[in-house]
Amino acid sequence: MLLSVRDLIVEFYTYRGIVHALNGVSFDLDKGEVLGLAGETGSGKSVTAFSIQRLLPANAKIVSGKIVFDGVDLLELSEEKMREIRGQRIATIFQDPHTYLNPVFKIERQFLDVLKYNDPEIKALENKKEAERIAFEKAVEMLKKVKMPAPERVLKMYPHELSGGMKQRVLLAMAYSLTPDLIIADEATTALDVTIQAQVLEIMKELQKEKNLSVLLITHDLGVIAENCQKAAIMYAGRVVEIGDVKKVLISPKHPYTQGLLKALPRTDKEVELVGIPGTVPDLVNPPTGCAFNLRCPYAKEICRTKVPPYTLEEGSTVACYLYGGK
Amino acid sequence: MVTEVVKIENLTKHFPIVGGILQKTIGYVYAVNDVTMSVREGETHGLVGESGSGKTTVGRIIVKLTNPTSGRIIFDGEDITRVKGEALRNYRRKVQMVFQDPYASMNPRMTVKSALLEVMKIHSMHKGSEYEYATKLMERVGMSEEHLYRYPHELSGGQRQRVVIARALSVEPKFIVLDEPTASLDVSVQAQVLDLLKELQKQYSYSYLLITHNLAIIKYISHRTTVMYRGVWVETAPTQELFKNPQHPYTIALMSAVPVPDPTLRREKIILKGEPPNPIEKVVACPFQDRCPYVMDVCREKMPPDTDLGSEHLVRCWLRA
Repeated sequence: MLLSVRDLIVEFYTYRGIVHALNGVSFDLDKGEVLGLAGETGSGKSVTAFSIQRLLPANAKIVSGKIVFDGVDLLELSEEKMREIRGQRIATIFQDPHTYLNPVFKIERQFLDVLKYNDPEIKALENKKEAERIAFEKAVEMLKKVKMPAPERVLKMYPHELSGGMKQRVLLAMAYSLTPDLIIADEATTALDVTIQAQVLEIMKELQKEKNLSVLLITHDLGVIAENCQKAAIMYAGRVVEIGDVKKVLISPKHPYTQGLLKALPRTDKEVELVGIPGTVPDLVNPPTGCAFNLRCPYAKEICRTKVPPYTLEEGSTVACYLYGGK
Repeated sequence: MVTEVVKIENLTKHFPIVGGILQKTIGYVYAVNDVTMSVREGETHGLVGESGSGKTTVGRIIVKLTNPTSGRIIFDGEDITRVKGEALRNYRRKVQMVFQDPYASMNPRMTVKSALLEVMKIHSMHKGSEYEYATKLMERVGMSEEHLYRYPHELSGGQRQRVVIARALSVEPKFIVLDEPTASLDVSVQAQVLDLLKELQKQYSYSYLLITHNLAIIKYISHRTTVMYRGVWVETAPTQELFKNPQHPYTIALMSAVPVPDPTLRREKIILKGEPPNPIEKVVACPFQDRCPYVMDVCREKMPPDTDLGSEHLVRCWLRA
């Protein structure tokens, strides 16, 4: 087990009140495994990613829970120790590549800095000139790996001279250059056009296989999950409501929310009649009591409105729903 | 007989790029380069393409938010490319547009009621019974009278988009341009809005031009589809035919690139090389030549001709010419 998140509860303190962003998130990620984390806006996917990296904004607090990474609870580490883990062992790629590159520095400066401060081999070098040269070589090699045309030229460019897909590939190259154990891709391809998304996902797949990396792939697109993940977790209102083998979750979904989500999805591969899920996602300042989905669920019973459903194992998938587990 | 509500012919739009102290034109963004298409009564015509393909500009030209550089727009048999004044106002009543971000298309200081009534007042519609008509509209889009007294921030994203649709319907238009109408909505809500649009069309035979990058939505809702690349239409066909039998290499690659939520399906993906096109270069030959896996010499020299494949399926590609 590389990463194990247990009963994570995160709250945001806002002028509207306390936003209960995560209400007991649990999941495991093995070495070499690609886990897809899906859910709609506000379901807590990104908050989960930020919590793992301990990069939550100042008005957020991890109330309780555990995030065990390679045997160490990240929530217990000092900020200094955490900084070593970030980047070197856990790397994150975010949705909007533009905001993660500094517009006033050339790609070269930014890439080499990442290597000089984080790469143990380059950091250890006494000769600064030598370090710079090795870092440059490594940057070129990494850019080649992400299939960047003319990497030496790209290094001399400013971020605004690159297209969205190219910028995302630069960030991929930076993230993978430190050979992390875990990659968190938070809607990493959402802002890209589909043909470019296909390129980037292909590169990510190759790199993952080459180094047997673990990947937490966060997306709202169930198609991306189906094509890139072994396991899928579906989040709703700050909780994982269903998790299991990707085939099981997407072909025979158990939770009424997963079922509804799949029925609401227009598809290119077959003719479908869409059925929307009535209502909207709950306001997490005042979350409903019991199961957060009970207001929109066609099968809601009395118990669903009062008690939060525990996890049960149903045909290989873990589901939080009172329809299962003999209740 | 099929009547064409809107027809555009050889539409082009080049936006000037100005620079220097004298603000001289130093180049052009070639946004739309020769687009011809039509929308029939009661029909949804999908316009699909990636960012920068010019699809939104086509929509904005049709509702006359911007004027074309050349080409014609024909509405109900009349050339409206250069209409002004009263005629333009008349046209704007018959043609409405729904944008991607419903919040940005509403005045945050106006209640839903005043937003709806204002449109009717401007176009002198339903005089004396504006309020009654507004309640009727709210019902029609699946909301209630009570929502009339809400401000935009008091509504959810899906509700806001319903209000924007109601506002478009308030002047009883014939034709509605939908520019990524569900792109800002979650899937579960998107399905509700798509079904609403379908239902309204069935009842009142509105014609839609649906602009989107999402092929799955096109497949679900549109009758005919035109694929655009770099401001040029590359393929047009009835939607079912297009999905069954795509002919342009770009259409084929686009379809194969869309991720499908079925993990048991193992498809060979066509991964296109290269970057999205740069719109400041003038399109003189095939717009797709730089990324096309089958590119030939002729593709770099001349624009491919319109090739009619029968049953309303047209393609612009030298491979099929």
